Amino acid sequence: MGTILSGLLLGGAFGFVLERAGFGNPNKLTGQFRLTDWSVFKVMFTAIVFSAVGLLILEKVGVVDGGSLFVPPSFLGAAALGGAFVGAGFAIGGYCPGTSVVGLMSGRMDAGIFLIGLLLGTIVFAGIYPSIESLTTLGEIANADSLPELLSVSSLSIDVVMVIAAVGVFALGSWMEKKSRGPVSSQEI
Amino acid sequence: MNQQQLKQPAPYWNPLIAGILLGIVLLSTFLFTGHGLGATGFTTRLTAWFGMYLMPTATNANEYLGGMVEEGRPLDAWITWQVIGVALGALISAFLAGRIAIKLDGKKFLGGANRPFTALFGGILAGFGARIAAGCTSGLGLSGAAVLSLAGFTFLGTFFAVGLLASRFMKEEK
Repeated sequence: MGTILSGLLLGGAFGFVLERAGFGNPNKLTGQFRLTDWSVFKVMFTAIVFSAVGLLILEKVGVVDGGSLFVPPSFLGAAALGGAFVGAGFAIGGYCPGTSVVGLMSGRMDAGIFLIGLLLGTIVFAGIYPSIESLTTLGEIANADSLPELLSVSSLSIDVVMVIAAVGVFALGSWMEKKSRGPVSSQEI
Repeated sequence: MNQQQLKQPAPYWNPLIAGILLGIVLLSTFLFTGHGLGATGFTTRLTAWFGMYLMPTATNANEYLGGMVEEGRPLDAWITWQVIGVALGALISAFLAGRIAIKLDGKKFLGGANRPFTALFGGILAGFGARIAAGCTSGLGLSGAAVLSLAGFTFLGTFFAVGLLASRFMKEEK
């Protein structure tokens, strides 16, 4: 498939599903952090487990070559520090980078402002890059990029643990949603 | 169905259904491209693109963005089309569901009258952080965890921990 077509189609499906899940709505997204709406955890866990198990099956039947898949390098300090900044930005700004595009397309001005902030944050980073370059390679784990490699276990066993964890997230989340104001609906202003 | 019901936006999908469909999209992306989905790969290139026109000398000399503008086409990448796709897909979905409304959202939970500033500040933090981690919630969190990467799980761990913490400081407007 050509670059343009595959980008548009896969991106289009991504944006469609995010909007349908309610992930253009900052009140719903940040409800995860208030622990009143667990949709973010539920959707992300389900998608991650589905893809991980799917990739395992596709590798076993020889459709996908596991070695050719992009696995991000293990700069775990950089991943942790960056995750902390993006998490804080999500809790304060109401979006993550991808969902802010979805928010903007459903008419939300605050999502547009968040997107401008993303560009400004990138400018700040680029501006001071020479002095913080070392942060981007912080905490390297040289001998493993993936959890199965690190623990010397099969991908299948990690997948099994993740399926169990996902079931736990659904149970815990649904219980906490019942105890609180519950998930944000599309009808709320 | 009366007039009032017709004007109501359609309900959001059940999270399990949405998660499975998102999983299908993510798995298809790996199958067709060898990598996952993302977002800030595009915003970084867009920053370089703006820089190329507005501050060409500084952008060319910049160690981080310079390489992207070397050939004068910083937006020429798969991720650009993917994010355009995200925008179109979201627009179509929001339109069909009757969920398009021009408004400044999030005031109730995110700063009240200061909402424009929380949106801007949050965006700056997320944009900066995504460059340190070389990825965001989609690119490193979602896609990275799907290939069981240590970086992906680590990102998600601090993302949620700090998000939970930071959220305590956001006062709800009654």
